[in-house]
Amino acid sequence: MEKFDVIIAGAGLAGLAAAYTLAGNGLEVLVLERGDYPGAKNVTGGRLYVNPVRDLFPELWHKAPLERFIVQEGAVLMAKERSVAIHYSGHELRAEPHQSYSILRAKFDRWLAEQAEAKGAMLLTRVRVDDVIKEDGRIVGVLAGGDELRADAVIACDGVLSLVSEKAGLRAPGSCHDYAVGIKEVIALDPGVINDRFHLEENEGTACLFIGEATHGLFGGGFLYTNKESISLGIVIGIESLLETESSPDAPALLDAFKQRPEISPLIRGGTTVEYAAHVIPEGGFKALSPLYGNGILVAGDAAGLALNIGFTVRGMEYALASGYYAAQAVLKAKEAGNFGNESLSIYQQYLEESFVLKDFKSFREAPAVLSNPRFIQHYPELLGDLLAEIYRVPTGPKDRLYPTIRKVFTLAEMWSQFKDLREVTRI
Amino acid sequence: MSDSELLKAKLGLDVFKPGGEPHIKIRPGMEKDPRLLQAIRLCPAGLYSAAQTGDVVLTIDGCLECGTCRYVCGDEVLQWHYPEGGTGVQFRFG
Repeated sequence: MEKFDVIIAGAGLAGLAAAYTLAGNGLEVLVLERGDYPGAKNVTGGRLYVNPVRDLFPELWHKAPLERFIVQEGAVLMAKERSVAIHYSGHELRAEPHQSYSILRAKFDRWLAEQAEAKGAMLLTRVRVDDVIKEDGRIVGVLAGGDELRADAVIACDGVLSLVSEKAGLRAPGSCHDYAVGIKEVIALDPGVINDRFHLEENEGTACLFIGEATHGLFGGGFLYTNKESISLGIVIGIESLLETESSPDAPALLDAFKQRPEISPLIRGGTTVEYAAHVIPEGGFKALSPLYGNGILVAGDAAGLALNIGFTVRGMEYALASGYYAAQAVLKAKEAGNFGNESLSIYQQYLEESFVLKDFKSFREAPAVLSNPRFIQHYPELLGDLLAEIYRVPTGPKDRLYPTIRKVFTLAEMWSQFKDLREVTRI
Repeated sequence: MSDSELLKAKLGLDVFKPGGEPHIKIRPGMEKDPRLLQAIRLCPAGLYSAAQTGDVVLTIDGCLECGTCRYVCGDEVLQWHYPEGGTGVQFRFG
């Protein structure tokens, strides 16, 4: 029977980062991917922040098929009948090395798999991992496509649902509270039109997040990223929030309503939707992380819950890449010791704790609870919109003084509520 | 276009490879479970619908494999697997 050093379930960013690192260190690695090609089942918003992972894969970035480097950041508070936008651009975003890039996963993951294969990793596509093989309480391989495949260690990189970690007994299915669903269209548009429309030069890109009516006031938000020849436009909605709001439109209609908003429709005018995608996203932060390792098994990327929304930045892919890298390092260490048991693999957790990955998750452990305050989504966009509507208004008669106008919106009760919200925000 | 026609048109843009057995099934006897009524609203591909009998019906063609219904309905209601390797949605952009 064939035995590998490591079997990796899933050729996404975590799995491929692990495969690239392990194969680069001479280990025999098998990556199993259920799609026709790596990336075929993967969905992102999305954008990759390169800074935290640049040095983990120094040879990768100069040739990586990324889309556009992001030089503009937008945040739009979307009220029912108006909206308030923050537009940020800074020269540091234009300076190399660029901090973040828009990305399309079918292209990127396929390329990353080629890099891992060039290092010696073996990739089998169209193969679904059906179960793990457990002997004496230890994971010693997987069942896939009717075959029994054995390895010293298995790395579960099979995405947010991680049926592999469930089969291994590491976790139970998660609760609605900790997950959101992302729904996205990729809208093809001429690069010149994108540049003119978004005030971009050549390969510069823009990223914009929308809060409030983008999701009909439900927990979540909208997003827009410019790719080379397309726009990724979508919404992310907390599953629990959608469940509890029975009056809300169906999930697909929420995206259509967002597209029809006057803030959005001119941006995608003339574009052709070329793909419609959806995926669940971990949103629970540190408190909802799954166990990261077990006897003979490690868990990385979305499978472990490694995605983090802190309002202005929404991140997951660099945590996937880094956790794949550190899972590989842990396996290398375990191989040195000749022991792939629980205790030996626990060094993975230590590596993640010493790295930006779990440092970020711990720093922002309160973010999911604080951001779930419905006032941020339902109240502040309306409040700021109302304030600006009054400030900009020139009536037929005389205009009121500004201060009393502001006080009409910022009443004492309102300011007291804001003080309480602010006190909560200081926990982030 | 009605909402459902619009959604069908969008799903028509995606590449799907046919497989064998449906990979998600409503467990027998659970067809009227209220969690399935929620799935009608939440499924991004609109694959759940109510029949005149009150039973919820799942049409698997067009499944985006997003996982939402697994969170909404849970294991009691749905027998949930990913489709066999090399079948189901194949994102070209992602």
